[in-house]
Amino acid sequence: MNAFWIILTGSLVATCCSLLGCYLILRRMAMVGDAISHAVLPGIVIAFLLSGSRDTVPMLIGAGLLGVLTTFLIEFFHRYARVQADAAIGVTFTSLFAIGIILISVFAGQVDLDQDCVLYGEIAYVPLDLWLTDNGLSYGPRTIWTLGVVTLLILSFIVIGYKELFLTAFDPAYAAAIGISTSLWYYLLMTAVSLTTVASFESVGAILVVAFIVGPPATAYLLTDNFKTMLILSVILGVIASFSGYYLAVWLDGSIAGAIATVTGVEFILALCFSPQRGLLLKRRTLQPV
Amino acid sequence: MNEFLEFFSFADANVRFVTIGSILLASSSAVVGCFSLLRKRALVGDAVAHAVLPGVCLAFILSGTKNPFILLLGAFITGWFSLVVIDFITARTRIKEDTAIGLVLSVFFGIGILLLTSIQHSGNAAQSGLDKFLFGKAASLVGEDLIVFSVVAVLLLVATIVFYKELMLLCFDQAYARTIGFPVRALELLLTTLTVFAVVVGIQAVGVVLMAAMLITPAAAARFWTEKLPVMLLIAAVMGAFSGLAGAFVSYTAPSMPTGPWIVLIISLIAILSFAFAPGRGWVSRIIRQRRNRSRILDENILKLLYQVGELKENFTDAQSITELMQRRHLPQNSILKGLKKLQCEGFVSKQQNGWLLTEEGRIRGRRVVRLHRLWELYLTQYLELPSDHVHEDAETIEHIITPELEEKLMEELNYPALDPHQSKIPL
Amino acid sequence: MIIHVENPVVEVHDLTVSYDRKPVLWGVDLTLPAGALVGVIGPNGAGKSTLVKAIMDLLPTSSGYVRIFDKEIKEVRKKISYVPQRESVDWDFPASAFDVVLMGRYGSMGLFKRPGKADKEAAMLALEKVGMQSFANRQISQLSGGQQQRVFLARALAQNADIYFMDEPFAGVDIATEMAIIELLRIMREQGKTVVVVHHDLQSAVEYFDWIVLLNMRLVASGPTNQVLTQELLEKTYGGKLTVLTKVGDLLRKQEIPSREKQVK
Repeated sequence: MNAFWIILTGSLVATCCSLLGCYLILRRMAMVGDAISHAVLPGIVIAFLLSGSRDTVPMLIGAGLLGVLTTFLIEFFHRYARVQADAAIGVTFTSLFAIGIILISVFAGQVDLDQDCVLYGEIAYVPLDLWLTDNGLSYGPRTIWTLGVVTLLILSFIVIGYKELFLTAFDPAYAAAIGISTSLWYYLLMTAVSLTTVASFESVGAILVVAFIVGPPATAYLLTDNFKTMLILSVILGVIASFSGYYLAVWLDGSIAGAIATVTGVEFILALCFSPQRGLLLKRRTLQPV
Repeated sequence: MNEFLEFFSFADANVRFVTIGSILLASSSAVVGCFSLLRKRALVGDAVAHAVLPGVCLAFILSGTKNPFILLLGAFITGWFSLVVIDFITARTRIKEDTAIGLVLSVFFGIGILLLTSIQHSGNAAQSGLDKFLFGKAASLVGEDLIVFSVVAVLLLVATIVFYKELMLLCFDQAYARTIGFPVRALELLLTTLTVFAVVVGIQAVGVVLMAAMLITPAAAARFWTEKLPVMLLIAAVMGAFSGLAGAFVSYTAPSMPTGPWIVLIISLIAILSFAFAPGRGWVSRIIRQRRNRSRILDENILKLLYQVGELKENFTDAQSITELMQRRHLPQNSILKGLKKLQCEGFVSKQQNGWLLTEEGRIRGRRVVRLHRLWELYLTQYLELPSDHVHEDAETIEHIITPELEEKLMEELNYPALDPHQSKIPL
Repeated sequence: MIIHVENPVVEVHDLTVSYDRKPVLWGVDLTLPAGALVGVIGPNGAGKSTLVKAIMDLLPTSSGYVRIFDKEIKEVRKKISYVPQRESVDWDFPASAFDVVLMGRYGSMGLFKRPGKADKEAAMLALEKVGMQSFANRQISQLSGGQQQRVFLARALAQNADIYFMDEPFAGVDIATEMAIIELLRIMREQGKTVVVVHHDLQSAVEYFDWIVLLNMRLVASGPTNQVLTQELLEKTYGGKLTVLTKVGDLLRKQEIPSREKQVK
């Protein structure tokens, strides 16, 4: 049963991250996803200190705010202080992460968080943290519920805003010309990324969030030319990675998050070599540019 | 205070090691970081930092020892390999660089974590301490580490100095460097190697995530202070060294404080202050400049107004009341008053019983503004063929910024005109 | 020489546009007649694309206003279509030609709505008009430059707008495509649509357009082709830069002064 909960957790995180990741990598903003996933740390610590517990809601709020703040800071450094774009990303997330680590050290006695968990999570403990009612009834792991709700939110966001997200990613100038607000959809997307990061952070850690945001979408991008297929494919790849990553970790007796990230890399290499149209080893370029 | 003296006497060998180590690391990676920043590849350092972890673990698994040179060699190999992979993916597939960086970063690090945890769980007693590559342990640097750091730091600095010209051209104009026969590929490899060196060594002090800051942040901050590359390198190195020193000091006074994050926090603060206050490029100094401009514009508008009223009455010897001025152009009364007082201090106007009077200097300055206004109106109608009812608004701004040289040029191009498009006289 | 028309479809009044405080277009006054094929011509860096983007309110303007069909731009967005420069998008994007053309229908659909049968038919029809129906399912990166341009054009057609702005639609396309596009533009004109095209080739401009706008940091001329394409006006357009103007622009940026003084309230 434990294996089931862990794989389910991984798959839910994979679904949210990979769906949003498809938009991020096509907008060339993969590293913004990376930055957000690291920069939410101080938000989590502060929420922890203020609420005094590991309750999900304050954590979500604290880290969600930090996620949006990260986007805003990057934007601010870049646009108003005119710092070069990649440097703005680098400065923002490292300084926020440093603040997070310092806060953890300062309040070491009060904060039940350690650095390892920040980077590679505690997915193995997911099944232990059960949602119990007063009369002792168990509804299964708490994380599953949180992630389930977030997954539903992300799914409905993408279904509702499909057209707008698609168009603003492909051709923002045209989107603006026909009256679709590019900045509104940009910030909505970033809010969604923050929300996902935060919900996944505690259980899988920053590194797996990045791996899911970038890995499956990049692999799917090598395999298909259709955007909807890319979305679906990246979710499938993410789920497969969660599944096989779990057993790889069991076999090597190592970190589950690390193993899942490893598998996303393996998937990418396989796609890189054997993709039907773009594989490096399997070049069957039937469709040449006319 | 006592602690301060104690720290800076460097009597304690441990303090010495930590401080010197931090300074060396921070300044040498800052120098290398400048080049990656200028090549717009700042985040590549982040990927390398994550990619050294599997190398360290593999080296440990294969050799079974914790010999720092073997571990560093492993780190160096995977760090270097990660850059090759990024380049390969970007060049050979349609995947863009940011995605390639993110992918390499997370996958290499994932492998590293998998190996590290696997080693830790294997019960091998020799493994303890490997995780210093993960979060950095600047506070526990020992003499042996220091030797390695010094060697690498010196190596990096010497390489930068020797290949300074080539590296500069590589950052500035790669295509041009190629056409004049520079071995661009080899230079890229050199820069890659330097970056990996800096990362492999620095990571032991600040850890995987924060290593990116050691490369990017001082460089980004230094960029705001100068337009010259050598100066930029120097400023970045000094900033890096200072934050290294300050970080070591903080964790000396408060031993529970981690050195690495403090170094990063301090350098980040320096960077943010630079973004804000650096003269010229800084955000605040730009705002201050704008405010100063606004106040100058107000001054000049008041002088212009006084001049125009005088011109209208063909009389510059009688004082004008504020009401009269306001009739001609509506400016808020309190800002007119404030401006007039400031101008009085500067000797451009004098206060009389019944109002304000232009002094000789004030008249000259006011006349110049009026002249520039009319000249620009004439220029717009003649050269841009704008209708004469469109030019006033533009001239309201341009009258404040035209330099004497431009004024001369305008006069020349307009053939020393006497009248503006509205048939007003252009005062000489 | 600036010729104004009665009941213009596009009215530009005293438009100044700046990038980073440096004005790139100064005080443009312009009216365009309905049902015309308008060419916007000028040397590199003259502000041609800037003018088109500013008219569509895609760029902030320093002064002036624009009215289209005698209304604010926000009220008439649905009647306006835009063909951006081909290089402005990533053609590796995972989308088919049909997907891109279907985007032309997005503006008239609301949020939540998905493209219906009518939208798909309109998109297919637009692809047919540009002779690309057999490429509907082809991935856009596998199209040639000319074909990509046709897809962009089809997207604008699918929108069924009344006025079209096209940024360099003839750049880097083959002769066949150029001919096909111009034929299409003529048909559109006959249907009473107005088409504004940014164009860089003077020779073909004479043939293609019946109204020409000459631009070089300011409006040099606007009027019927035969009246505007004179030696004198062309020399004015292409004959060197206005150095004083450029220098003043640089000063504005350096000193961080907005190109129009804000009225002190």
